[in-house]
Amino acid sequence: MRADGRMTSAIGYMIKLETITFGYAQTTPIFDRFSWEVLGGETWAVLGPSGCGKTTLLYLLAGLVPPQAGHVHIDGELINRPRPQTGVILQDYGLLPWATVTQNAELGLKIRSFYGPDGKHAPKSSTHSSNVNYWLERLGLVEHASKYPAQLSGGQRQRTAISRTLAMQPDLLLMDEPFSSLDAPTRENLQHLTLELREEHNLTLIIVTHAIEEAVVLGQKILLLEEPPNSEPQIILNLDSSKPEYRNSKEYLELCQSLRARMGEDEPSI
Amino acid sequence: MTIKRRDILIAILVVLLAWHVLSVVMNKPILPTPLAVGAIFIEELNKGLLEHFFVSLWRVVASTALAIAIAVPIGLLLGQSKKLNSLFSPLIYILYPIPKVVFVPIVLLFFGLGDFPKILIIFMILFFQILVLVRDQAANLRPELIQSVRSLGAGRRALFRFVYLPASIPAILTALRQTVGTAVAVLYIAELFATQRGLGYYIYLNGSTLYNFPAMYAGIVAMSVLGLGLYFSVDWLEKRLSPWQQRE
Repeated sequence: MRADGRMTSAIGYMIKLETITFGYAQTTPIFDRFSWEVLGGETWAVLGPSGCGKTTLLYLLAGLVPPQAGHVHIDGELINRPRPQTGVILQDYGLLPWATVTQNAELGLKIRSFYGPDGKHAPKSSTHSSNVNYWLERLGLVEHASKYPAQLSGGQRQRTAISRTLAMQPDLLLMDEPFSSLDAPTRENLQHLTLELREEHNLTLIIVTHAIEEAVVLGQKILLLEEPPNSEPQIILNLDSSKPEYRNSKEYLELCQSLRARMGEDEPSI
Repeated sequence: MTIKRRDILIAILVVLLAWHVLSVVMNKPILPTPLAVGAIFIEELNKGLLEHFFVSLWRVVASTALAIAIAVPIGLLLGQSKKLNSLFSPLIYILYPIPKVVFVPIVLLFFGLGDFPKILIIFMILFFQILVLVRDQAANLRPELIQSVRSLGAGRRALFRFVYLPASIPAILTALRQTVGTAVAVLYIAELFATQRGLGYYIYLNGSTLYNFPAMYAGIVAMSVLGLGLYFSVDWLEKRLSPWQQRE
């Protein structure tokens, strides 16, 4: 279904961070010569307490902020601005309040046709324009298509944001706390859907979360960030996560417990 | 918040009825009945009132268009840039609350006869209101929204087209709603001087020089129609252009 460019990326590195340094003025840098690699098609959870730099990492990967030193490579390409094939879903979904679900879902495609296939704002070989209606249907939004974000539930807003992003046919999907403000059934439902879509479209998926259980359910690999500065990536393999009934297994509970211990060890006891 | 059309008609009838009763009770030439005024109104339309009406309407519409065309880009620019905003906001802060109507004599002194000084005065009122509201609207857009749209590939131009411009529409409409009444009031003042065209001139001429009270009232009705019409237009535009704010 995809052009062959996708095939090479599935074999090689999708993300390569080379000794990046990043910090906000007059504080300890969040990342200090930090390196990290992600293979194409992998699903990662980025886990850590608030203030550890999870969101910053996502912004760096998305090309929304540049590192102060070092390089971000995505699919072999040096990143210094948002890359057209990277889909980003930020914490509050970033929907336009004055636009309907359909209009919001079309936004990315409209921006692409606004610039034309210039290779900078939109991919050079702009494939046949994707069908927004397909995504609205796939995500169960058809009956809400003419509603405005304020009229939607949190889950529906998140689905709108997902359809907007997937309509642009990304190969890499970055999500910042995508399910944290949703109630439990909606959260589980959308977690499943996200993994399903990842499988269908062979996406590389990075999900930032502060919830240990969520990281363990979703991430085949977990990147644990700690109090800044982060220098060495702490990686936990969790390759069983995609097995059915993993949520009820002993391994799942053990991993959650050990992560809880690791995340709690630096915090002062009250 | 939307008021039904039927209720507006009833309100108009109540006002006319009160006027009628008051006029009958007073029984003096300085307060003719609405029926008498209505008859004169229709008669006067052909004898120049309509022309005065359109002159006044033109002045309001021209100054509104000018204010939007100039205030919106400046407001968006200031709203997007913290640096520019902190540079100019003290200036706006001191100029904004000055009642622009006191500039009428100065503007007339500088620009004399013709439409331009009148348009300029209304422009000044609308300009600051639109500028401030559009600026604040642009500045208050959540950074996550901007970043999300940037991540979809938007550079400066697309952000302007798909985020800042649509975000400014409700601010423009709010500014117009707040200022349309003041604009017409100030237009009236401005038309008392240095002109022989416009409803302000017409009302003053009939009331204070010709002592033609029914015609004076006809002029006041025309001015009210102008103000109400502009207000209703803003309402209508709001329904058309920002439906998302009403259906919440």
